[in-house]
Amino acid sequence: MIAEAGLAALWLGAALCALQLVAAGLAVRGQDALAGIVRPVAVAQAALTALAFALLILLFVRVDLSVALVFENDHSAKPFLYRFAAAWGNHEGSMLMWVAILTVAGAAVALFERKLEERTLLATLGGQAAIGLGFYAFLLFASNPFARLFPVPPEGRGLNPLLQDPGLAFHPPTLYLGYVGLSVAFSFAIGALLTRDVGPAFARAMRPWVLGAWIFLTIGITAGSYWAYYELGWGGWWFWDPVENASLMPWLAATALLHSVTVLATRDGLRAWTLMLAVLAFSMSMIGTFLVRSGILTSVHAFAVDPRRGSFLLALLFIYIGGALALFGARVGTVREGSRFDPISREAGLVANNLLLSAILGIVLVGTLYPLLVEAATGTKLSVGPPYFNAAAGPLALILVAIMAAGPLLRWRRDNLKPLARRIAPAAILALAVLAAVKLAAPTIHILSLLGLSLAAGLALASVAPLWKRNLLRTPLFVWGMVVAHLGVAVSLAGMACDSSFTVEKLVAARVGERVAVGPYSITLDAIDPTFAENWQALQATLLVRRGEGDTLTLTPQARAYWAPPTETSETAIHTALDGQLYTVIGKQAADGRWQLRLWWKPFVTLIWAGGALIALGGALALVGRVWRGRRKPAEQWL
Amino acid sequence: MTRLFLALALIAAPVLADSDMPPAPLADTQLPDPRQEAQAQALMETIRCLVCQGQSIADSNAELAGDMRAMVRQRIAAGEKPAAIRAWLVRRYGSWVTYDPPLDRVTWILWAAPILFLGIGLWIARSSFRRRRA
Amino acid sequence: MKQTVRWAPLVLFILLGSAMTYGLAKPDSTNIRSKMIGASVPTFTLPPATAGLPGLASSDLAAGRPHLVNIFASWCVPCVAEAPQLKAIADAGVPVMGIAVRDRPEALQRFLARNGNPFRAIGADDASQVQMAMGSSGVPESFVVDGHGRILSQVIGPINPEDVAGIVAEVRAAR
Repeated sequence: MIAEAGLAALWLGAALCALQLVAAGLAVRGQDALAGIVRPVAVAQAALTALAFALLILLFVRVDLSVALVFENDHSAKPFLYRFAAAWGNHEGSMLMWVAILTVAGAAVALFERKLEERTLLATLGGQAAIGLGFYAFLLFASNPFARLFPVPPEGRGLNPLLQDPGLAFHPPTLYLGYVGLSVAFSFAIGALLTRDVGPAFARAMRPWVLGAWIFLTIGITAGSYWAYYELGWGGWWFWDPVENASLMPWLAATALLHSVTVLATRDGLRAWTLMLAVLAFSMSMIGTFLVRSGILTSVHAFAVDPRRGSFLLALLFIYIGGALALFGARVGTVREGSRFDPISREAGLVANNLLLSAILGIVLVGTLYPLLVEAATGTKLSVGPPYFNAAAGPLALILVAIMAAGPLLRWRRDNLKPLARRIAPAAILALAVLAAVKLAAPTIHILSLLGLSLAAGLALASVAPLWKRNLLRTPLFVWGMVVAHLGVAVSLAGMACDSSFTVEKLVAARVGERVAVGPYSITLDAIDPTFAENWQALQATLLVRRGEGDTLTLTPQARAYWAPPTETSETAIHTALDGQLYTVIGKQAADGRWQLRLWWKPFVTLIWAGGALIALGGALALVGRVWRGRRKPAEQWL
Repeated sequence: MTRLFLALALIAAPVLADSDMPPAPLADTQLPDPRQEAQAQALMETIRCLVCQGQSIADSNAELAGDMRAMVRQRIAAGEKPAAIRAWLVRRYGSWVTYDPPLDRVTWILWAAPILFLGIGLWIARSSFRRRRA
Repeated sequence: MKQTVRWAPLVLFILLGSAMTYGLAKPDSTNIRSKMIGASVPTFTLPPATAGLPGLASSDLAAGRPHLVNIFASWCVPCVAEAPQLKAIADAGVPVMGIAVRDRPEALQRFLARNGNPFRAIGADDASQVQMAMGSSGVPESFVVDGHGRILSQVIGPINPEDVAGIVAEVRAAR
């Protein structure tokens, strides 16, 4: 009953979506007969898909095995949280979540967007409906989450241990809120191209939506990186894997869009860039969805591989991205040219920012798809991995960091090099000092890490500089947001540089009782004991860890074996100190009875994710600041 | 759906087809010379595991990956240069086995991409700027 | 905005889309072919992997007769499936030489007892060194090697019954 209700809700939602598209389309062309129903229909549609998603979750929590999806992905022995999360830990369920977020985002625009001109708003809602229709079709015809199973099996299959983890429970929803939230920007751009209404008002209306999606994307990527770090047992936090890149590309486009929209809002410039980036960001989201689910690229993170579904998604991509880019090509010429900028100004800094982010996005896209392109053209198989991405994108990212430091210190409209130099001098001096100090202390450090550390220091100082000599309590929240977000970048960069240069790794074959030194820690293998829980058994190592004369801690990494399905995992044991993390893994037993231990001392590695959290916090501050300000001063012309 | 499990299960070691033999010496033991070990580690992080879904041999639990690590360490200890070891592997498995794509007729666009993108971007952006008045 | 700039994104997307279409259309092949086909077998000497059979050296493969080299292991499940085909090939007069990867003598004995022994020699490749040197990336794999020690072809995965005749013909045609 519940499953059928869910399916019915989806069909009804799809029908309403079609209605929304027709009504909005007519309104854009000037026939306002149905214009009044667009907003209510958008909200009703969202309510229906949200209901469908809630019903799916209910089915999973109840372990209703008559539904095929529940059978495949659920199990009565799973803890409540993971039964809940299992609803989206599979292709069909996550696509339903995708569509639900899409429609809810549209409803939010319908309910809360007040600043946009009516026709443009209706065009935007029409865009959302157009996107929705294709994905409803994908869901209903190729990925039905509510399909029944007969006869009803006695128990579910879904006890995969890797999916029973808080990281994986929360990572998809945040990521999807970001991914799919960018659809609003996409629809805004389509709306603006259709009605030719591109200007500061449009930009100010679009900005909070972009910010919101971007914040979630930042959180999702940061959380995903940390989850992979502690779960996979290799101490790595980013591998330039195709699926990871698929989440990074929308983020890069959204970051550029975020900054571009500000220029459009304040100086009515970069109109074409902003429209292009808005289209690009969600296009990257859709391409990412396709890459992850189609199986054309090999990845440890890849979802269910089904070429038939892949073809459906690819067709949707051609329609939506192709359509949007064609509309862009056709209409952008008629969008009035925005103002031009002085080459030394904050606008110029933001243009440089746009350029570099777009270049990095291009590099990641090309690098990810190059093996496919080469195989298509010549038949040879290639692999493109970290050596390429680090070498190609790294230097550009460092230049971007330098621009990030100078940008906020530049004046709008027109500035001069001498006053800029004075304002940026403290940060530059600090950067040089750090460069010299690090080079002296660690002469063999890699050049990218060396520059990364010194630029991070410079950026950290430069990012708080805008607060200098200001009344802190009267500084607008969005300025705080910028400061915190840029500071977050500096922190994260410092963490990355430290991790790649100063990590100490020890692989030892240890007997019980043996002591090993790693970094500042002395570690003794005290015991190896078998241990078990309801669905796994493990060999647990007890490690006594001591730093200098401090207290002795106990760490218990495990080598775990689940039996349904039979998988072996490594449960890392991590100790977090103020200046880094001690990361421990227990491996197999060698022929002579010694145990394989992998131990890492990673100085300041937590800064990577702390920085990511700061970036998201900065975005949140800016969002609250903008929305609040918009409420207080509706007729605002200038920042 | 089983494919999802299989794909994810490869992060954990597949228990089905294992040899039960202990890992090769040097598969999981570091070289005594830290500089050589660093060289070996740097190389292993850029060699692709032949039986995995997109991992380097440094990051893989697979037995063949362990044997490849042992081979890399052995050769570095014997004085061979990382580039020579990489070339040996590429000779046998093709460019697919290295995460560091070579620079040749087929890959020059890839390596030129950063400059190309920057250049194209700058050229497009120049229309956004006006001449600076004195 | 100039024409080229306006339409470039669409054109680029169509290019990318074509690559992705190709990606979907192409047959899924996760197998890595050896690039040593056409080259000489690498120099190696492997000790006997189990009692009763000699070890294998590269010189044995360049002694003037073509061989079928089968890389296998007792713990390898598809190798059991291929055993009847190997027997058929050996019965047809083709010398089948084995390379056992990461294996134990006792386990091999049990495997051969259970599945038959088509091998004239089995070399013990404990650390996959020879396997790697030949460009093989898994078990089972088979290589047809000519009388001068040149690798002529590679079979990835177990030999299917319908391929037996082809392999026998290829070995016979080789010098």
